[in-house]
Amino acid sequence: MSEHRFRSLAETRWRIAISLTAAMVAIYFGFILLIAYDKPLMGRLLTRGLSVGVLLGALVIVSSWVLTWIYVRWANTHYDAGLEEVRREARTP
Amino acid sequence: MTLISMVVQAAAQQPAAPAVTTRIGEPNVIAMVFFFAFIAITLGITYWAARRTRTTEDFYAAGRTITPGQNGMALAGDYMSAASFLGIAGLVSTTGFDGLIYSTGWLVGWPVVLFLIAEPLRNIGKYTFADVVAARLSQTPVRIAAAIGTLSTVIFYLIAQMVGAGGLIRLMFGLKYETALVIVGAAMMAYVLFGGMIATTWVQIVKAGLLLGGAALLALMVLAKFGFNPLALFAAAADKYGEAVLAPGKLVAAPLDAISLGMALMFGTAGLPHILMRFYTVPDARAARTSVFYATGLIGVFYLMTFVLGFGAMVLVGPDAIKAVDKGGNMAAPLLAEVLGGTPFLGFIAAVAFATILAVVAGLTLSGAAALSHDLWVNVFRHGKADSREQLRVARWATVALGVIAVLLGILFKGQNVAYMVSLAFAIAASGNFPALVLSIFWKRCTTEGVVSSMVIGTFSTLLLIYLSPTIQVDLLHRTGAWFPLKNPALVTIPLSFVVGVLVSLATRDDVVSAGFAAAERRMHVGD
Repeated sequence: MSEHRFRSLAETRWRIAISLTAAMVAIYFGFILLIAYDKPLMGRLLTRGLSVGVLLGALVIVSSWVLTWIYVRWANTHYDAGLEEVRREARTP
Repeated sequence: MTLISMVVQAAAQQPAAPAVTTRIGEPNVIAMVFFFAFIAITLGITYWAARRTRTTEDFYAAGRTITPGQNGMALAGDYMSAASFLGIAGLVSTTGFDGLIYSTGWLVGWPVVLFLIAEPLRNIGKYTFADVVAARLSQTPVRIAAAIGTLSTVIFYLIAQMVGAGGLIRLMFGLKYETALVIVGAAMMAYVLFGGMIATTWVQIVKAGLLLGGAALLALMVLAKFGFNPLALFAAAADKYGEAVLAPGKLVAAPLDAISLGMALMFGTAGLPHILMRFYTVPDARAARTSVFYATGLIGVFYLMTFVLGFGAMVLVGPDAIKAVDKGGNMAAPLLAEVLGGTPFLGFIAAVAFATILAVVAGLTLSGAAALSHDLWVNVFRHGKADSREQLRVARWATVALGVIAVLLGILFKGQNVAYMVSLAFAIAASGNFPALVLSIFWKRCTTEGVVSSMVIGTFSTLLLIYLSPTIQVDLLHRTGAWFPLKNPALVTIPLSFVVGVLVSLATRDDVVSAGFAAAERRMHVGD
């Protein structure tokens, strides 16, 4: 029982870690690829003083915050609660 | 003498235009006062920390009593080097948008550290990242390979910081380059030798506060001139120097270079030994997790401020005036401070930049000393049988050795490009250390042979390709061409390191290691 619960918790943790890592990689390399292959788009002005490139750069930083926040929120509630249960079950014979 | 007479002459001729006349390069009393105050405070902290440093756990991991908030600040202080403060502000002020590639790249590694590394590391290891890699595998080969990866990363990073420090102090205080290096080396050795991780942590916290505070003050003073609207500042830059400053330019002319640099920055963070070591200073994995959350917030704010500092320096100081003082543009932030707040503010920002370097080199030296003494001496030569006194003695000798080496290499590498050397340290960390960590934590089937080949080939292929790159072959050795086209090798070496690790693991077999995975996996999640 404890083993089963632990397995599913470990798998969920792994799935979330991989998805969030993939999201971060996609966002950052999307930004880099646009810089590398579509310079005119990145230089287009949205309004006075704001180009697409500068806006996306700031959004890459904001998205790093959002992704870490999503992970910490999940881990502090679901993951920690699951770990607590696994520890408790391990203690009771 | 000549310097003073030149300044006097310049002042007599034209005292008005602040963008041209600068007091950078002459002894600055206020910078000296701030600088010595910082040294005095940090040595006071070291004295206090030395009395609390009794065991190896105190020396390497601050007794595991650092709170998540403190560790978040210390991580930020360990990470935000002079390359990011002076270098990015300089790049943005002289090239515009291109500098922002660094601002973003240096942050996006942090979420990766959080998702993949921080908690397993804290649960499995003790003092170094090699503890994690070696947990299921044969100690001796893994420790030796990990020490090679650690020391290569640490030494490249140290050289970059030392060269930066020497140049900075020469420009700021008019001291000789070599004298400056000896001062940095002596202060750094004092922190680490006597105060270990406790002193290092608090030096990093004080530095992070100074750097974030100083940068915020500078950014606010810039924004005050533009109605607190960043877009008005960017628009002023575009009006003055053309809309091209808000678009990608020639720094990323070759797409593959941009991608390769991006990979080094993103995955290198998760393989930096001095950063990974900080996760052992907190009580448990949850605290490690929370501390990365704080660090990502603080570092992100700092990099957003570099947008304002860089464009502020471009508009208020001007790229030509910045390049006239230092060709690399590294004096953009101090020059901006001088324009906005006169000599006193210049002095303050100069002292902050110096404190920044000191805190980073202390963290680097401590992690290098841990690799030499904990990984090599204790676990390889003494097979884990060394008492606390012996371990501390070896760690302190390793600190002295690294301090002396750092000063000597700093003198040898005088005049090298600082930002480039830092990006090489990131490339080694990303190719030598990061793949081995990921394979050993997450892959049941990995073997000692696989992980060791991944670390060794990752590290040495990076060093080799750096040597064959245009930067060394063309810029440094003045050859006509380079065998390897990319300036940063990470695009090739990170996948190579993973592929080698996987293939060699599949070709070898280790039933003991595979059987140990279940226990290791449990420990990685649940802790002890």
